[in-house]
Amino acid sequence: MKVKIKNLFPPGHVRTPSYLRGKVGEIERDLGYFSNPEQLAYDLPAAKVKLYRVRFAMSEIWGGEVECATDTVDAEIYEHWIQKD
Amino acid sequence: MPHDHENHLSSSGHPYRKDQDKPLTYWQNMEIAVREILIQKRITSNSEVHQTINDMDNRSPANGAKVVARAWTDQEYKKRLLNDASEASRELGFDIGALKLIALENTEEIHNVVVCTLCSCYPRNLLGLPPDWYKQRSYRSRIVKFPRKVLKEFGLQLSKDISIRVHDSTADMRYIVLPLRPKATESFSVVELEALVTRDSMIGVGLPKPI
Amino acid sequence: MDRDLDKDVKVRWHDMGGKNTDPIQLTEHDFELWEKRVDALMVLSSNKGYFTVDGLRRVLEDMGEEAYKEMTYYERWISSINQNLIEAGAYNLQELGEKMAEVAKRGETYGECNIEIIE
Repeated sequence: MKVKIKNLFPPGHVRTPSYLRGKVGEIERDLGYFSNPEQLAYDLPAAKVKLYRVRFAMSEIWGGEVECATDTVDAEIYEHWIQKD
Repeated sequence: MPHDHENHLSSSGHPYRKDQDKPLTYWQNMEIAVREILIQKRITSNSEVHQTINDMDNRSPANGAKVVARAWTDQEYKKRLLNDASEASRELGFDIGALKLIALENTEEIHNVVVCTLCSCYPRNLLGLPPDWYKQRSYRSRIVKFPRKVLKEFGLQLSKDISIRVHDSTADMRYIVLPLRPKATESFSVVELEALVTRDSMIGVGLPKPI
Repeated sequence: MDRDLDKDVKVRWHDMGGKNTDPIQLTEHDFELWEKRVDALMVLSSNKGYFTVDGLRRVLEDMGEEAYKEMTYYERWISSINQNLIEAGAYNLQELGEKMAEVAKRGETYGECNIEIIE
């Protein structure tokens, strides 16, 4: 399933790398629920959030000049960073 | 008192260690202070600190090598490893703790490599502490954009017939690469196979030792 | 993408994916005893619930890029561990200040200033 990562840039402790924001990837697997690190980092009560592994094509992330068209980057993305259309 | 001889006893009666010989820095002072305060408040104890250090010292790539060699020689174990690497590691006696470990299988078509671009997440409980380069900007920044260029700096050149999968440990997963078993090792014992598995091959910046 | 990058986007220093171009420095070093102790303090503090690895990372990030350049890995870690323990109320700044002054008086080197605690 194709997903787009939200293109937001808040300050603070977030675990969605900036190089993936706004990019489209494919869910590789569902990892289950984990406590939100954005809350744990500030010692706040942390909600359980769904976590996915998302696979991105190198060309999708970096545009034209990539070393090899079939190379990919997989990253773990929390559900609240996935854009709901 | 003479320095540099590790067999000499310091004034406290303990063997002298070279790394304890340098002028105290502010941060080393803080380490001693924090540790002593925590012990005095009974939050921890001297023996607990010792035990924690020993436990970490006992974790090394040799642990990961056992997991890899077992997967190479036992197809059912390999299936369990790829399905739930935390559980499969526990089977061999390695306490992964709360970690969720994922094993990434290299094939003739796919080569996996692991990074943490945001900090230095690493499967410590299986492989021990990460090397300096893994935590540095050059690796963290470039492996997700120019994996082939970076791998070449490690001496690993992959043809374009092989796809590279870079895994960025951004959350609660930790990764270990299951490298391809070297060719012509059919007669090797598990112990001999373990000796071929390098730390770098389990991160993905290298291959197992050739025979 | 039509977007004013300066207005909307600020990438934090620790968010390193894709930025740098320097070659790898393949040096490694054996961990010193005090560094292993720092690591142990992190493991123990988090296991005992004072703070999480997320708190460790948050403080490390907030220390900024200068700290990353000027301090070693475990220097930054003890700074972050301390900050987190203060925030968790494990001890206070006065206690820390007094203890650090006491430690410094013991001698010149790490070995001289670290006394084995008899339990």
